[in-house]
Amino acid sequence: MKDCAPLILAAIPFGVIYGALGQSTALSFWAVLAMSVFVFAGSAQFIAVGLIASSTSWPIIVLTTFFVNFRHILYSANLLPHVKDYGQKVRAPMAFLLTDESFAVASNYLKLHGDKPNFNWYYFGAALFMYLNWQLCTLVGLYIGQSVPDMANWGLDMAMVVAFIGIVVPCLHNRATLACALVAGGLSLITYDWPHKTGLLFSAVSAILVAMHLEKKSAPIVDQNNASPMDKDQQENKS
Amino acid sequence: MNEVWMLLGMFIVTFGVRYILFAFADNIEFPDTLKRALNYVPIAVLTAIIFPAVFMPKGEYYFAIENPYIFGAIVAVVVSAWKKHMLLTVVSGLAAFGAWKYLFV
Repeated sequence: MKDCAPLILAAIPFGVIYGALGQSTALSFWAVLAMSVFVFAGSAQFIAVGLIASSTSWPIIVLTTFFVNFRHILYSANLLPHVKDYGQKVRAPMAFLLTDESFAVASNYLKLHGDKPNFNWYYFGAALFMYLNWQLCTLVGLYIGQSVPDMANWGLDMAMVVAFIGIVVPCLHNRATLACALVAGGLSLITYDWPHKTGLLFSAVSAILVAMHLEKKSAPIVDQNNASPMDKDQQENKS
Repeated sequence: MNEVWMLLGMFIVTFGVRYILFAFADNIEFPDTLKRALNYVPIAVLTAIIFPAVFMPKGEYYFAIENPYIFGAIVAVVVSAWKKHMLLTVVSGLAAFGAWKYLFV
């Protein structure tokens, strides 16, 4: 358990802020909680709440979720050799609990101990702990949001902005990531009027292409465990 | 906004992405380009949400010194770059936003 303590601590403010933000939008109490229970994906949940606040239609939110969570397929590809011996009844819940954090802990464990004999129990222990923590923090956030009336009026939209800044800025550690943010931001202003938030996806995709072009020109970054810049920085943050 | 459809859709795409390879397990290697591109997704999407919220809070451009969103965002960026601490970033950004709003409105 002690392996995931830093990640659990790191997730607490995110969960609480997610709950409080969700509470301030058009979403019902139960929908905010249900998203944590069934989707269980921190950044995608934040983004969904942000999109709801700017009254985006649900198909676009689902599409954006797919886009944002697509990185999990890399994690599952990475764990694949270690789950081969388990049946689908074990694999399905393992997949459900697969997040940036549980992957980070799992790959660290595999590096140290290999996958025999009890990798699945280690994984479930750590991931369930994270899961319950996330639900609890969402609830706390929801209650905080409820007990402070009119949060939306005195700038909860701003709370979302600064929370996102707190996620993005630590990831901007080279020219490519910085350009990615600037291009995405600039284009999102220009394309704001496009129907159904298609401008958002266009801006994001263009920014990623620009970043990859810049990255190719400079020295390639060493990919550690497939961890995204985001994970690495969040772990550094809290240690 | 239909909450149930949205939640169902989000569940299906998220679980689908996490489970599809486990369901048909074998070894698989992804092209390096895809791996690198995915690293940038959170940065790109989040920033594309931040900018309009800051520079056009009412749906129209609002480039002015009085805009409290801009001031709050600048403070948050500086604090985040300096301390790399989520809670500190949120609190200082919100405080700056509130102070600016109080001064100019």
